[in-house]
Amino acid sequence: MNWGSWLIWGFAATVVLTALAAGSQGLGLTRMNLPYLLGTMFTPDRDRAKVIGFMIHLVNGWIFSLIYAAAFETLGEATWWFGALIGLVHAGFVLTAGMPALPGMHPRMAGEQRGPTVVRQLEPPGFLGLHYGPRTPLSIVLAHLVFGVILGMFYTPA
Amino acid sequence: MSNPYSPIADYGLIGDGRSAALVSRSGSIDWLCWPRFDSPSLFAALLDPEQGGRWSIAPSGPFRAERRYLDDTNVLETRFHTAGGELVLTDFMPADSEAGKRRRLLPENEILRRVECVSGEEEVEIIFAPRPDYGRRRFTLRDHGPFGLRLDMGSRLLALQGEESLRLLDDGRAAARIRLSPGRKLHFSLTWHEQGPAAYSPLGPAAGESLERTVRWWRGWMAGLSYRGPYGAEVARSALALKLMVYAPSGAVIAAPTTSLPERIGGDLNWDYRYCWLRDASLTVRALEGLGFREDAEAFAAWLLHATRLTLPELKVLYDVYGRDPGPERELDHWRGYHDSRPVRRGNAAYHQLQLDVYGEVIDAVTRVVRRDGKLDGETQTLLRGLGRYVCRHWREPDHGIWEPRDEPKHYTHSRVLCWTALDRLLELHRRGALEKIPVDLYREHAAAIREEVETRGWNSRLQSYTQTLDGEAMDSALLLFPYYGFTEAASPRMQATGRRVRERLHAGPGLLHRYEHSREVQEGAFGISGFWAVDFLARGGGSSEEARAAFERQLAYANDLGLYGEEVDPGTGAALGNFPQAFTHVGLINAALSLERREQESADSTGRRRERVEA
Repeated sequence: MNWGSWLIWGFAATVVLTALAAGSQGLGLTRMNLPYLLGTMFTPDRDRAKVIGFMIHLVNGWIFSLIYAAAFETLGEATWWFGALIGLVHAGFVLTAGMPALPGMHPRMAGEQRGPTVVRQLEPPGFLGLHYGPRTPLSIVLAHLVFGVILGMFYTPA
Repeated sequence: MSNPYSPIADYGLIGDGRSAALVSRSGSIDWLCWPRFDSPSLFAALLDPEQGGRWSIAPSGPFRAERRYLDDTNVLETRFHTAGGELVLTDFMPADSEAGKRRRLLPENEILRRVECVSGEEEVEIIFAPRPDYGRRRFTLRDHGPFGLRLDMGSRLLALQGEESLRLLDDGRAAARIRLSPGRKLHFSLTWHEQGPAAYSPLGPAAGESLERTVRWWRGWMAGLSYRGPYGAEVARSALALKLMVYAPSGAVIAAPTTSLPERIGGDLNWDYRYCWLRDASLTVRALEGLGFREDAEAFAAWLLHATRLTLPELKVLYDVYGRDPGPERELDHWRGYHDSRPVRRGNAAYHQLQLDVYGEVIDAVTRVVRRDGKLDGETQTLLRGLGRYVCRHWREPDHGIWEPRDEPKHYTHSRVLCWTALDRLLELHRRGALEKIPVDLYREHAAAIREEVETRGWNSRLQSYTQTLDGEAMDSALLLFPYYGFTEAASPRMQATGRRVRERLHAGPGLLHRYEHSREVQEGAFGISGFWAVDFLARGGGSSEEARAAFERQLAYANDLGLYGEEVDPGTGAALGNFPQAFTHVGLINAALSLERREQESADSTGRRRERVEA
């Protein structure tokens, strides 16, 4: 494992992914806001949640890039298309498994069937995150593809 | 067919410092723009009863309605009296303290409505017909079970939750008829989400707690009111109305929360007022500060200086709440307009006009804040010097003046006086030690030259009055402001004569004044703030305090039952005209009351001193 390369490009890919996700929200593609979702696990304060969530998201991205790096090491080379492929699988996992599981993990998220309560006020993402806007899957796939491509192009296996 | 429009004065206003909604006497929200004052509308039945969209909650049968705001709040209560009983509708946009916001997950925007049956078995009818994006685009309202009705607009979401379900109708609306027994309450929460996943507001007892927090928040803000003068209730209501037009995140004050309510029914004098006019700056800061709301006054003055940086040293006539160009003026052709007053406009082309009076307004506003704090940072000093240079270079030019008519620029006397005000206040700031490195002699020379020009060419000796334009003949109610800016004394012979001439030429009815002579030609209403300027002029020495009080009381007749004023008044009927409610008119009321309070205080002090001398 090339730890130096992972540290740098894992960080860079996460920053770009975060920027793309925030950009697609700002451009009106989706209401999906991962830092906000992650942060509200710890505080109801909207502003603080975004800061806390941003930090968690950064660390998460770094950890996930470790899996990408491990896959590149197994293959013995890192290419943009292999990175994109892992990104696609990653996005598919987030959309199909991660999103539906979120209400069970998030202390402030309402359940699909139960609806909002005094404590659980946040809207659940729904299938493929479609409750957050019909173009949510598109923005998530796009962001993860770019994440994988950056790692595939720039990570140097040991 | 019955008239589908409510009178303008039939509306009450609720808001949250970011947006506002107009609620009719019959319980219908007929105007709402989210997430900001100048966002596209969601409900606009005010401007087009068929296509605009509304959300009404009212008894299904005939009723008589009474309204009030809960004391010292902007929580609106409408009481419906029917043949068989009584229903109370409470409308508000929730407000919470900063500490509360840290403890609770809150929607980005919300309206909470509570309907309660007080007596009798009552049937309430609810109609929910949102028409987003000024009604230009159609979105489908869907029922999402426990998450209520949702209007998904891509990344934006409008959600309605209630303790009773509404049925989706074929025409895209949702409706319900619900029987309520005495003591039963129903809550409905309408929320807007675009910055992240929706955070729904809990109903039931939690909605009641939200109402309590909102009442507490407004009363906490009103605890800062230091005014103890005459007409306290009316002044307090004006302060609350003004606060509803403050955009809290930036401190900007919008002119009104509506667009295109006509200045002449059926006419084309229909403008978008959901922006911030620099023209209102000094008067607004004086109103806020005079009442004791120093933080609001400082926030607005800070907005004036910082939000206008993109165009400095040139100041535009108006900006959006973040100091940006509001964008081109467009006509919304698909709407009928209020009583067929077309066109309905969004955006305001006055942005591109030259109004030299705004320099005096802004600098005077800053001076009012500095008089208390006494400090200006280096950057602000540089900015003010830039404004001073601009005034020295441009004060001789014609402009569009305070009323921004859409014709050729003219040499307005009021604009000249405000240029004098700009230089005079910069010199004052220098004397106070707040502003360094200004060309004192140059400013004095220009100020003297402006005064000379106003006293020669701005004074018409045949009419024995100052005039609207240099070498002109026409009257303008803004001439009454010269004593306010310290250009001359209200008791001076010239101002006394001008006051008489303004009242004679611009008289529109009991206590009413047109803003200028052109108003009669275009058949617009009497101008709300002009009537209060007349009061202010009398209170400053243009008349006796009794005359000022009598004039003030005449103005009170033109408020609606909630104490709200529009931009103009129909001289024939006394009905409100123009955008509603109008911050400028409420600012006029507050400033007139402050001047009256000072006048009466001074009279009381001098009477006291005389008595002491006699007793001694």
